[in-house]
Amino acid sequence: MADSTPQAMPQEAAPISEPPPAAEPLKTSTDSGNGAVKFASRKVCVYYGEKQALFDVDLDVLKNKVTALIGPSGCGKSTYLRCLNRMNDTIPICRVTGEISLDGVDIHSKAVDVVHLRARVGMVFQKPNPFPKSIYDNIAYGPRIHGIASSKGELDDIVQSSLEKAGLLKEVHDRLQEPGTGLSGGQQQRLCIARAVAVEPEVILMDEPCSALDPIATARIEELIDELRENYTIVIVTHSMQQAARVSQRTGFFHLGELVEFGETEQIFTNPQDERTQGYITGRFG
Amino acid sequence: MSNAVATDVQVAPNMNGSPRNASEAVAKSLKRRYAAEKRFRAYGLVAIIFAALCLAILLVTIVGKGYSAFTQTMIRLDITLYPQDIDPDGTRDPDVLSTANYQKLVKQAVQDLFPEVTNRRERRHLQEIISPGATYHIRDAVLEDTSLIGQRLVIEVPVSDDLDQFNKGFISGDVPEVERRVSDKQIAWFNRLKDRGVIISTFNTTLFTAGDSREPELAGIWGAVVGSFFTMAVTLLLSFPLAVGAAVYLEEFAPKNRWTDLIEVNINNLAAVPSIVFGLLGLAVFINFFGLPRSAPVVGGMVLALMTLPTIIIAARAALKAVPPSIREGAFGIGASPIQVVTHHVLPLAMPGILTGTIIGMAQALGETAPLLMIGMVAFIVDIPGGPLDPSTVLPVQIYLWSDAPERAFEERASAAIMVLLGFLIMMNAIAVVLRKRFERRW
Repeated sequence: MADSTPQAMPQEAAPISEPPPAAEPLKTSTDSGNGAVKFASRKVCVYYGEKQALFDVDLDVLKNKVTALIGPSGCGKSTYLRCLNRMNDTIPICRVTGEISLDGVDIHSKAVDVVHLRARVGMVFQKPNPFPKSIYDNIAYGPRIHGIASSKGELDDIVQSSLEKAGLLKEVHDRLQEPGTGLSGGQQQRLCIARAVAVEPEVILMDEPCSALDPIATARIEELIDELRENYTIVIVTHSMQQAARVSQRTGFFHLGELVEFGETEQIFTNPQDERTQGYITGRFG
Repeated sequence: MSNAVATDVQVAPNMNGSPRNASEAVAKSLKRRYAAEKRFRAYGLVAIIFAALCLAILLVTIVGKGYSAFTQTMIRLDITLYPQDIDPDGTRDPDVLSTANYQKLVKQAVQDLFPEVTNRRERRHLQEIISPGATYHIRDAVLEDTSLIGQRLVIEVPVSDDLDQFNKGFISGDVPEVERRVSDKQIAWFNRLKDRGVIISTFNTTLFTAGDSREPELAGIWGAVVGSFFTMAVTLLLSFPLAVGAAVYLEEFAPKNRWTDLIEVNINNLAAVPSIVFGLLGLAVFINFFGLPRSAPVVGGMVLALMTLPTIIIAARAALKAVPPSIREGAFGIGASPIQVVTHHVLPLAMPGILTGTIIGMAQALGETAPLLMIGMVAFIVDIPGGPLDPSTVLPVQIYLWSDAPERAFEERASAAIMVLLGFLIMMNAIAVVLRKRFERRW
């Protein structure tokens, strides 16, 4: 249906869909009066070998906001998310071009170490992936390798508060030494969120965190995302438009590797500028 | 467009007649399909039964031939330890005691069993019923307790290997005298001794405590067991870290390019190289070029390490591959460095698989003979090796040596050694199975 040349589309689409951020220079600290820019990306392209998966994505993630990335399968939203903590570095054939800056510093520059970056930008994955260790060790692992806690007591506090933040403490406080893999799917995912929170990141990336969970566990995670927003910047990739509408303040719509439209969530869902966005959110395709 | 598709669907059954035709075709073919399945199951069953039968025959043969080696026919000898023969000066000096002429005492004791034998030739013949090792038994008893000197000692010493075989029923008294290794006279003496109750059958401890010997009744596998132990220790120390390091590098760090592909192909090829080639390599490089000692476990271990390396590398790479990528991502996601991801998560999870591969590789090395022949571990060595640099042999080579020996008594000992070797192998494989079961993780 939409078989136009990929290079031509974003230039046409971008000015319409996101007037304020796209036009501004890279190292802005504020835009549209909503707060500081945490992540700013300009002309991000991703290639898997010969195949190009992302085309010139320009997107600003605002501090202490939830940014949702929606779009049909294979549209590149997860690929973009994985650029933000350079997770794509672990895929040998993957190549990223363009500029992504965190607090105004290019994350690909020599000044940024990838290990340090990932400590600042935590990630929660689609499938809950707790380590096959105890609940305690799952959360304590990050602080341990980064040397955040100086004593056993401090480490205990971090584990407790991380579980508290992830809303899991009540359920597991008396069985911290039991294996994390023994928890239910929803609990495992919250354990993974607690694990990410434990290293005190500035940003948490969530790659379809609820796709493997039932509606009740999903509601629990969504509640949690709303609570976490106070202290963290969150970028969430989701298949569910309702979820994007519920939890996010800003939404980006990806299609065939392009960022079609990006703006306030309310505006995207009530008054989409691009006809593809409209088609997707009204369920006509995707 | 959609109309065309619809007509296509309708056409299909019409081409074969009525739409019910498909169901009939299925019904018709059912019998044939089930028959094929039954046939396949029968083939499988036959194959399993055949394999089990072969194994049973093997085990029955080995145990049937070897079980008698675990007992040894002994004779209770009444011996007088004359001080003038053992320690004429009364110094109790161990050097004097260990070099004394015990043979004279043994000869006297045997002579005393049958005082009526006076003919010189017959007397020598009579002496042959006893093992030449009897003197060592008496020497050891005296060295252990010097107060025995001057006393009468009742001691059990082994009879000669031929009489031992006769007693176990492997040499029949019915065949003509010239065709058997024990004479009519010896049999008569032996039977009379039996009637007197001085012939007894005991557990053959010598088999498990002694080194090799020319006399079967004095030969044991301990030297070979110790040699095998040192060899395996060297093999494990060399091959395990090297193989795990290589596997981790290739699997987790190395770029995937033409060179790593080439290395992978070569590792797989090395696993298929005949083991004797590794023996030749060891002879040429370790012994001739580096001048390492011949017949030593250290060289044997190095050669077997070369042989085991590809096995462990392949097993370790498979185990590393089996660790789910989500674990790696999880660790990377909270900022673990690549080496931390490997040492904290991937390697521990892959360890059961790696250990299983290692144990199987070691079991393979434990049973290996050919490369060790090339580096001189096939020598006749009586002493128990004291370290990996001492000349020694290993269990499978000991079996090879004994099965080659002419004495009938060595045949049963070779089978007994095979049983011990099989015992070790079963134990190692059992450990591998237990490890796999115990540390199997579900994620």
